[in-house]
Amino acid sequence: MEQLLRSLIDSDIFVYTVMAALPLLWILPYALFAVWLERKVSAHMQDRLGPMRVGGWHGWAQTIADILKLIQKEDIVPAAADKRLHFLAPFIVFVGSYAAYAAIPFSSAFIGSGINIGLFYIIAVSALVTVGILMAGWSSNNKWSLFGAMRSAAQIVSYEIPSTLALLTVVMLAGTLNLQEINRLQAGGLTNWFIFRKFPFVAIAFVISFVASLAETNRTPFDIPEAESELVAGYHTEYSGMKFALFFLAEYANMFAVSAISATLFLGGWRSPLKKLMSGPVWGAFWFISKGMFFVFVQMWLRWTLPRLRVDQLMYVSWKVLTPWAFACIFGVGLWMVL
Amino acid sequence: MIETQTAPIKTSTGRVLRPEEMVLNMGPQHPSTHGVLRLELVVDGEIVVDVIPHIGYLHRCFEKHAEHMTNYQQVIPYCDRMDYLASMNMDWAYALAVEKLLGLQVPDRVEYIRVIMAELQRIASHLIALGTYGLDVGAFTPFLFCFRDREGILDLFENTCGARLLYNYIWVGGLSHDLPSGFIDKARAFCRYFRPNIKELNDLLTYNEIFIKRTANVGVLPAEAAIAYGCSGPMLRGSGVDWDLRRDDPYSIYKKFQWQPQIGRGEMGTTGDCWDRYMVRVREMEQSLDIIEQALGGIPPGDVQSAVPRRIRPNAGDVYVRSESPRGEIGFYVISDGSATPYRVKARSPAFVNLSVCPEICKGYMIADVVAIVGSIDIVLGEVDR
Repeated sequence: MEQLLRSLIDSDIFVYTVMAALPLLWILPYALFAVWLERKVSAHMQDRLGPMRVGGWHGWAQTIADILKLIQKEDIVPAAADKRLHFLAPFIVFVGSYAAYAAIPFSSAFIGSGINIGLFYIIAVSALVTVGILMAGWSSNNKWSLFGAMRSAAQIVSYEIPSTLALLTVVMLAGTLNLQEINRLQAGGLTNWFIFRKFPFVAIAFVISFVASLAETNRTPFDIPEAESELVAGYHTEYSGMKFALFFLAEYANMFAVSAISATLFLGGWRSPLKKLMSGPVWGAFWFISKGMFFVFVQMWLRWTLPRLRVDQLMYVSWKVLTPWAFACIFGVGLWMVL
Repeated sequence: MIETQTAPIKTSTGRVLRPEEMVLNMGPQHPSTHGVLRLELVVDGEIVVDVIPHIGYLHRCFEKHAEHMTNYQQVIPYCDRMDYLASMNMDWAYALAVEKLLGLQVPDRVEYIRVIMAELQRIASHLIALGTYGLDVGAFTPFLFCFRDREGILDLFENTCGARLLYNYIWVGGLSHDLPSGFIDKARAFCRYFRPNIKELNDLLTYNEIFIKRTANVGVLPAEAAIAYGCSGPMLRGSGVDWDLRRDDPYSIYKKFQWQPQIGRGEMGTTGDCWDRYMVRVREMEQSLDIIEQALGGIPPGDVQSAVPRRIRPNAGDVYVRSESPRGEIGFYVISDGSATPYRVKARSPAFVNLSVCPEICKGYMIADVVAIVGSIDIVLGEVDR
């Protein structure tokens, strides 16, 4: 028995399993916290208090109670739904956003998989979310869901272009797709972060990538796939209970994932802004999570401030504003590097 | 391969759909149809080709009820429930009609209090219209800001008559209660508190770039069409027609106050678009504040119930009286046969008439615009269906 356990621990499969499960240890508490935070942030922006009862201090246990409630809910599948696709869709959406965490460097000592095409991998794997959303919308056999799914597909496909182009400026400067390597290149304090290099081209690229990432996570002002006042709840109209919770979890996981990419590429990732001060693997994780959570907060802030764009306006912003500017940034950075 | 012959798909009006069209059922349980309105949309992708409104989900037989009360006063609680966001204005309109039938002159104090209450109610109603309109275009926060401010008005009403939504306050010939002590100070304090909040709403929503993009040049209702359809209230004024019953067919004591009706000027797009209708409401709130502040200064002493008749038996005859509710011209046509109950009460509901223009101005826009247009009409289904 001991032999077996020992060999299991030594085996690669065990290590991989643990490494794969570690981000989950981050995502679950983070999602619970982020949902609570979103409620509190929105409440305080709106002259309310938000949850105040559950758990005592400022309703900290509200989301835990909600999860418990959702687990107990009946799982309703519409009679006319495509049962298999309907079942599978939330998992694919979650896998899409979860898989991105494999290549996100949380600190100098921890990265799920230090592959040399990390950035490319994240962009590619998060596109899987679209497939899940399309499946959810189609299989629900509901016209509103279908509208949500179609909007979502169009939106994510369009916004991946300016987003990827904007990230390319950093790749051009760094000369690598390895996220850990990109972090290393930003050593030496605030001024060495990519956002401040080749000013203002990379800074503009940062803004473009952040705006585009809002669209990729379906957050306001680009939340048209689930626009509650138009499409009821968009692609997840026909989902209830834990499957609905999975969509929810995926959305919040995605919010942090795009924030993490922004932080890693433009704001030095786990690098301390104070050069050597407060650096090291543990501080690295602290800085990385702080930067990520800052962007998560900004996303919440925008959501509770701005109205929603219309579909055609959304496409206009992507194709006629962000994409040309992203090209201009690439051109500017390229020219600067040559000269 | 066997050719399958399927019957052509038709809408409820018998229109045969083209292959690229589909019917999308919006409501009655849709988040932004402001109640139980059902819109049958014929859509080509995101483009709305046709809109067929279906109403009647909230029909409560108001007019029939009115004929079966034991006296005229008992109709008033039902008037409350017509436009439940502007109950004061509904009560007042009915009271005006019966008072005209009776040839009754109400005391000055009653007139002043009625004006104050009606204008406060207009602000409260517009706050809901504007807040939910923000919600329709995806901005959540202004909605709660508006509700926060409306709370101040509801508190004033609650102080006065004990109710927060359905007041039964304005009676034929008088009021159910006199003003409580300290009301005037509280109302003044509310006006002082509320004025800066209009600016806050403007900063947050009205002049927001995305909001303007979503509402300007959307749902344009030309002045001629507005008149032809019989629109009234902010719908009509938003199209640039300078028509307000408080000035043009004056009732009560509105002539005593300094104010101007607000009309849409097409500042952000075309005159008569959603933004104009929205803006007319914002400006009307300021106007109402002006009227309230003037009226608060001039309330004469007196009794609010001395003119209330014990038994109401108007002579046989009929009367149509209209007044300006937050949604437009609310008119009551009351026929008396000389008995203690009205022979017939017909309400001319502004929201119903305004809604009839919806198919006309929704065609050719997108689904998201239909939500914005319906929101800008500011319907209350309780009043549409009665």
